[in-house]
Amino acid sequence: MTKINLNRLDPQFKNRVAEQPGGEGLKACFACKACTAACPIQPLDKRYDPRKIIRMVLLGMKDQVLGSDFIWLCSSCYSCQEVCPQNVRFTEVMYAIKNLAAQEACIPPGLMAQRSLLRKHGRLYEVGEFENEKRLKFGLPPIIEHPEDFEKLLPDQSVGV
Amino acid sequence: MEALLYLGCTVPIRNLNYEVSARLTAKALGITFRDLEEFSCCGFPLKSLNVEDTMVTAARNLALAEREDLDICALCNACAGTLNEVAHQIRTRPEIREKINQRLRPIGLHVEGKVRVRNFMRLLWEEIGVEGIRKAVTRPLEGIMLAPHYGCHYLKPSELNVGFDSSETPRTLSEMIGATGAEVVNYPSLLDCCGGGLLGMSEEVANAMAARKLVDVSKTGAHALVLVCPFCNVMYEGQQKKIAKSTGLDLKTPVVYYPQVLGLALGMTSEQLGFKLNRIKPASLLKIVEG
Repeated sequence: MTKINLNRLDPQFKNRVAEQPGGEGLKACFACKACTAACPIQPLDKRYDPRKIIRMVLLGMKDQVLGSDFIWLCSSCYSCQEVCPQNVRFTEVMYAIKNLAAQEACIPPGLMAQRSLLRKHGRLYEVGEFENEKRLKFGLPPIIEHPEDFEKLLPDQSVGV
Repeated sequence: MEALLYLGCTVPIRNLNYEVSARLTAKALGITFRDLEEFSCCGFPLKSLNVEDTMVTAARNLALAEREDLDICALCNACAGTLNEVAHQIRTRPEIREKINQRLRPIGLHVEGKVRVRNFMRLLWEEIGVEGIRKAVTRPLEGIMLAPHYGCHYLKPSELNVGFDSSETPRTLSEMIGATGAEVVNYPSLLDCCGGGLLGMSEEVANAMAARKLVDVSKTGAHALVLVCPFCNVMYEGQQKKIAKSTGLDLKTPVVYYPQVLGLALGMTSEQLGFKLNRIKPASLLKIVEG
């Protein structure tokens, strides 16, 4: 078992998570483990354990949580959220945790690439002649990109550094 | 009835069979879809990075729909879920509505949350109904066995689906499959998540999640697995070959979209319904239906 160094805990970490949109329910957790039992990821990858993640946040283990790979393993299936007797809304809490990790620049590269595509095209896939020709063959109307709003809508600096 | 058809990013590029069959079947049942060229991404892909960015991206689409004074019908479960959730937040939380409108101001938009967002299945369920579908069927899919897959964002969070379906004992998709005359096949992992949400993070875990359902469904002898979400499709159809190879399992389960089978029951041809884009051919299904 890993030892926890009390001097390296951040007592404000739980408050920062709870202040993020979706993080509000965090402190209501009474550790019943219904979330972990309902989670489809946990049996496949033991590192991803909802109850344990909540305990780590409440203890202030900021670096171990935000810098970990496992926080990105949530599939957003809402199973944990549906069974929680305390209305913690853990799926949303996970987003709050990932948003904080993103602010600290701990972001998987794929996610940043998606954001860049969105700012440039307003969509996840660039639409060109090839795509619209294929659509035409099926009698479907062309997709026209409207990227002009997105540079204003998604500021460059709203994520990490 | 009339609704704005919200396509999202994935369906109009990678799942033309879903789009073309949804448009054809809706039209046949008296639903008029209008396209809005300015619709863009729903915002879901940004949620892990910044929840507020997701909300403004979703709200931009909601504001555009409000200007048209029409409700939204989304084909993708994730798009429908995100737009629905953000519309709910805008309606119920004034502080969030205020913040979002501040960020929409530079692009000349304003949102009140007046627009109702439904996925395609909810639209069919509420506007046409099981009886309505049954009455419209001209070629009942007798002898066809179909396994439903709802997908997580179809059913959850459950507070967004009050009055529609239950996250523990869902029935809407199953009953709408039954209305086509096909037999609905039940199986143990009906409620499983497809794993698509983490394909980009851990292909191994994602594939393991999808594998269980593919095995269950193949054991039932169903002619196809019926989906309504392009992300679930990535896992069950797109990854199926890889899953079969890595697990050594003999998998060859055709994956179809609900409006494709509905269209067959309404008398449309497999060509019209885009079946040639289905990567694992539902050959025995089409043989029974079309001969």
